[in-house]
This record gives sequence, C-alpha cells and structure tokens, in this order.
Amino acid sequence: MLEIRNLHVKIADEDKVILNGLNLKVAKGEVAAIMGPNGSGKSTLSYVIAGKPDYEVTDGEVLLDGVNILEMAPDERAAAGLFLAFQYPMEIPGVATMTFLKAAMNAQRKQRGEAELTTPDFIKRVNKAADLLGIPKDMLRRPLNVGFSGGEKKRMEILQMTLLEPKMSIMDETDSGLDIDALKIVAEGVNARRDPEHAFLVITHYQRLLDYIKPDTVHVMSRGQIVKTGGAELALELEANGYRDYQSAA
Amino acid sequence: MSAKITPMRSAAESALIDRFPAVKASLPGLASAREDAFAAFVAAGLPTRRNEAWKYTDLRAAMREAAPLAARPNDAEITVALKGPSPLARQGVVTLSFVNGHYVATAGTLPAGVSITPLAQALTDGHPLLGRIGALKLANGDLAMSLNTAFMTDGAIIHVAEGVTVDGPIALRFVTSGATAVATAARVLMVAEAGSQVMLVESHEGQGALAHQPNTAVEIIAGDKAVVSHVRLGLNSAGAVALSTLTADLGSETSLTSVNVALTGAVTRHQAFVRFSGGDARAQINGATLLSGTQHADSTLVVEHAAEPGGESRELFRTIIDDEASGVFQGKIIVQPHAQKTDGRMASNAVLLSENAAMYNKPELEIFADDVACAHGATCGALDDELLFYLMSRGISKAEAEALMIESFVGAAIDFIDHEPIRDILHGLVQDWLQARAARLNAGAPTVS
Repeated sequence: MLEIRNLHVKIADEDKVILNGLNLKVAKGEVAAIMGPNGSGKSTLSYVIAGKPDYEVTDGEVLLDGVNILEMAPDERAAAGLFLAFQYPMEIPGVATMTFLKAAMNAQRKQRGEAELTTPDFIKRVNKAADLLGIPKDMLRRPLNVGFSGGEKKRMEILQMTLLEPKMSIMDETDSGLDIDALKIVAEGVNARRDPEHAFLVITHYQRLLDYIKPDTVHVMSRGQIVKTGGAELALELEANGYRDYQSAA
Repeated sequence: MSAKITPMRSAAESALIDRFPAVKASLPGLASAREDAFAAFVAAGLPTRRNEAWKYTDLRAAMREAAPLAARPNDAEITVALKGPSPLARQGVVTLSFVNGHYVATAGTLPAGVSITPLAQALTDGHPLLGRIGALKLANGDLAMSLNTAFMTDGAIIHVAEGVTVDGPIALRFVTSGATAVATAARVLMVAEAGSQVMLVESHEGQGALAHQPNTAVEIIAGDKAVVSHVRLGLNSAGAVALSTLTADLGSETSLTSVNVALTGAVTRHQAFVRFSGGDARAQINGATLLSGTQHADSTLVVEHAAEPGGESRELFRTIIDDEASGVFQGKIIVQPHAQKTDGRMASNAVLLSENAAMYNKPELEIFADDVACAHGATCGALDDELLFYLMSRGISKAEAEALMIESFVGAAIDFIDHEPIRDILHGLVQDWLQARAARLNAGAPTVS
C-alpha cells in the first residue's frame, strides 16, 4: 500500500535535515505504528507524505500503490486515497463544518471523475458517521473546529476520515490532548475501518493509544530513520524502557 | 501688512465653487448650514495627502473633474434606474429608493410607529427634526460631510417612535444612473427614539463604468436603550469616486451594530463617526472589503467615548486585496477624560492576494481617561499557508481552498449581522466576487501575482 524508500528531507530554505534515508512499508490491511522520541521526525514524515510545502525532498520516493506521489499536490494525494489526521487541526471561522465536509467530499469525487453527492445522500452519510463518533448535530452547524475542545477537534478528524474513505490513513499524534473517553471513541472510529482493504500508519509518542488500536507492526524512529521494527510487544518494551537506547544508537 | 494668498484651485474645486451660488438658490432649506459647510470647503479645498485625515486617499487627485450635480430624474429615467432587483431590498422590505440623490418612492407598508418624510419636502415645509441634521459635532470639518451638507439635494427623515420594535429592515436604495457621470448628495437622518429597535440597510448601486461621484450621508441618532442594526453595501459603478458617511450618536445603554460591505467602485471611501454620548452603550462597527484591478477603498472610523461609564466598542475590519488594488483602514478611538471604564478594541486585518496589492493601516488611540481598556491591532499578509495545506489535504483544490479561506476571512466581519436573509445575501455577493476572481485566474487575465 505505502512504501517509502530512502527518504531524505530537509526544511525548505534551510540546511536542517530531518529525515535521513528513511525506509518503511505498510501493507494493505496493516496497522503500523511509529513511535519515537520528540524531535525524531515523526510529524515531518506525516507532513511530507501528505505534501506540505515547507519541506524539500532531496532524495528517495514515497509510493502509494506503486505510484510515486511526491510530485502530486496535497489535494491530488487526497484524491488518490491518502488521509492525514492532524495533530493540531486547523480552525476555519465562518465556514460551517457541513459546508467544509461537502466541499471536501465533492472535491475528491470530482478529481476521481465521480458524480457529486446529492444533498440527501450527503446528509445521510454525515449523520451516520457522526452518530458513530458521538458528534452532536449542532457541532456540524458550527464553523469548523472553532471553539472546539482538543478532543472534539480530534473527533472531527476521525469524522472526516470516515467520510472521505481513504485507503491509507496517517494518524499524527491523534492521542495528544485526549482524555480516556475521547481516546476510546477515536480508536473505535479507526477500528471500525480496519479491514483487508485499508491501511493505517499511527504515529504516537506514547504506548497508551496502542492499547485501543492494536498495531500489527511497531517501528521505532530516531533521528530521521526507522531504527527498529517489531510486533506489538515492541511498544510495551518502549513504554517500560523509554527511548534512551534508540537515541544513542542512531 | 498681510499678503492674501489665493490657493491654486483644481478644475474640480473651481467647478464646485462656481456651482454653489446657483445650487444654493435652487435647493431648499438649511441655508446657514449650507453656507457654513461651503465656507469650510472653500477654505480647505479637496483633501490631498497633506491632509492627515485623507493621507492615503488623495481625493483631489481622484476627482479631477467635478461631475455635474444630478437633476431630479424624470419618470423614464427612474424606471430605467430601478429596473433591476435591489440586492438588499427584497420583497416585503420597506424600501426608500433614491435615484441620483433624489427621493423617488417608498415601497412596502410602513410599520406602525415609523414615519418617513422625503428630505426635500422636510426642507421646504419645515420639519421638527431638521435641527438634528448635522448635529453630531464629531463629524464637523470632515470634507465629505461638508460637501454633502453644502449640496444636499434630497434624502429622507425617518422617525421611529419610542419603544417601537420594527419588524424587518428598512432599506435605503441609492441608485446612480444615467448616460453621463453625475454627482449626488443625498442625506438621511434616522432618529430611533428611546427603547426602539430597528434595522437600517443601505445599498449604493451603480451600473456600468461611468465615473459617478455619489456622496451620501446617513445620520443615526439612537435614544436611550435603543437597539439599532445597520448594514451598508457598496456596489457603485466601476468608475465611481464614491464617498459615504455614517454618523451615529448613541444614548445611554444603546446598542449599535454596523457592517459595511464594500465591493465595487474605482475610488471609494466609507467613513463612520460614532459618539458614545450616553453611558454604557455598546457598538460593533465592522467592515468587509474585497478589491481587485486598480480599485482603491478607504474605511475611516472615528469612535468617541464621551460619557461614563464609557461603554464598549468593538471594531473589526477585514480587507481582501487582489491585483494592483489598494486598501486603507484609518481607525481612531477617542476616550474623553470622564469616560472611565471604556472598553475599546479595534482590529484591521488585510490579506494581500498579489504582490502588487497594497494596504495602509492607521490605527490610533487617543485616551484621556485613566481607567480604560483599549487595544488595537493591525495585520497585513498573505493567506495562511498552514490552513491552505489543511484544506488541500482534504482533497480541496488550491483555488477552492483559497476561496473558502477568503469567504471565512471576510465572513468573520459579516457574521455580526443578526438578520439571516441579509447575511445570506452578503455571503452570496462575496461568493460572486470569488467566482469572478476564479474566472480571472482561469482566463489568465492580467493579475499581477
């Protein structure tokens, strides 16, 4: 599904190198977790995959189903089936959440050459997904993320993921700022979409989220590289021992 | 011994000065007010950059010729002028129509407690409220007001009786029309007596590219505990050099919301003079301006807190500037020595969509009291890259994402309007502007980014 080969990334207009020959594979149906200390490049990785313009890829490729997506604009990547749940979702005053959701869903359909959703079909889909995530209807009428709590914003991200139906979802520190109830709801939203067709890359600093989203594989990231790969037990080991071994090993 | 200096007059200034005696003879009423205002204009001339209040809008340069003062239109001209639907005055809305500054008709049924008198008639017959025209000293000496007072032809006096809640807005429709460019000088006074509630909406409309020179003034006097909502929409002809002024005199515990949406016209300036004459009043004064081509739009604001408790004023101005257009925000909050507990906050934010767009922000605070909370902020920049990326990461194209962001940005100023149909109309006009921009970008038209 997702394959990253020898990825080197620096901050545009600066010499600071963040990713330093990173290799990673996520197979169809797999839930992969990336764990690592602060500053190891986890968030940068998620931004580069999604196409944020502040970074410069100096070498390597990112393949989504065999197609190098690095030349694509962020909206084209989304239409190709990629989704990034942001660590800090943005607020858009004055644009109702429903308006935004419809714009996003129809924009992707348009890029894929599909017909726009009818209003009743759109509303039905939103209501169903919102009910699943415990999102009250009045939140959907308010401007996107404006005045929402941290947990509400994260739930909105999962709602968007559910409605946009990506094949490859990246969750960037989705657990940060969440209380345990919100964490469970978010995890349920992800687990509901787990099947042989969808893949997830869950980026987190703590093991806690992985109690609720059980990963198939766990990768440890340090200094812009994947330095160790294992099963779910690797996360528990990190929780017990911390990242110290990996910071010095890299 | 003193040398008499005769200033060099521009063609427009000379024409205005030459015109006044004949105009004064033909215009009804308020002779001494006209004389005083005219004398002020003669002394100062048309303002240039040397005049601090007009530093960024050189009216003398913009108004090379003085367009002739428009005569009262005949029936055929009125029919042509009012042919299209008014953007704000929809079915069922009480609408006063003015063509080229002359009152022509009131449509709709006047609500109980509201009386309307055409200004020309009020000036001719005498009207108990005539003395309150131009009563707000805060706007004295302003050149646009002086010219309006000297040349005012017509307009209306609107009276809302004490305690009356008016359902639905009262619309003022100012249309500039004709085969050649004209100057207009309409004046409207609305007195909202104590405890009344009313919404006043103005649309300034002009078709085509003619360089009309409308100069309109709307004065609002709000009695104690009155609640007044005001909306102004600037849709002048593309070549217009358009001036408009709002004055508001607020009694105790009044509430005023005013939103100006400026869209078309070559050189436009909307001024608001708001005085807190009574204690504990509240005002929200907003502006949303969208500019393209070589347009120039100026929003100038003076708010004076002059009573104790000083009340609360909030000002939010949002400007979008594309191509080679330029925007101006001048905002001044004055807090008089006795206006303790004043709480004033003023913000002007501009987004420049092209490298050649320009914005001039001049926020000022003049505080003479010691127990107040006042703040101002002015920003100027491009659209937020982080937000653009967020929207694009959801599959929204760059052009559509920018449009959503622009709508959101100016929507923040528009959304203070409680009246949903009017708010929706204004959002619709913003969307029209965005579609025109998208068409320009698609056509590869001479945008300068």
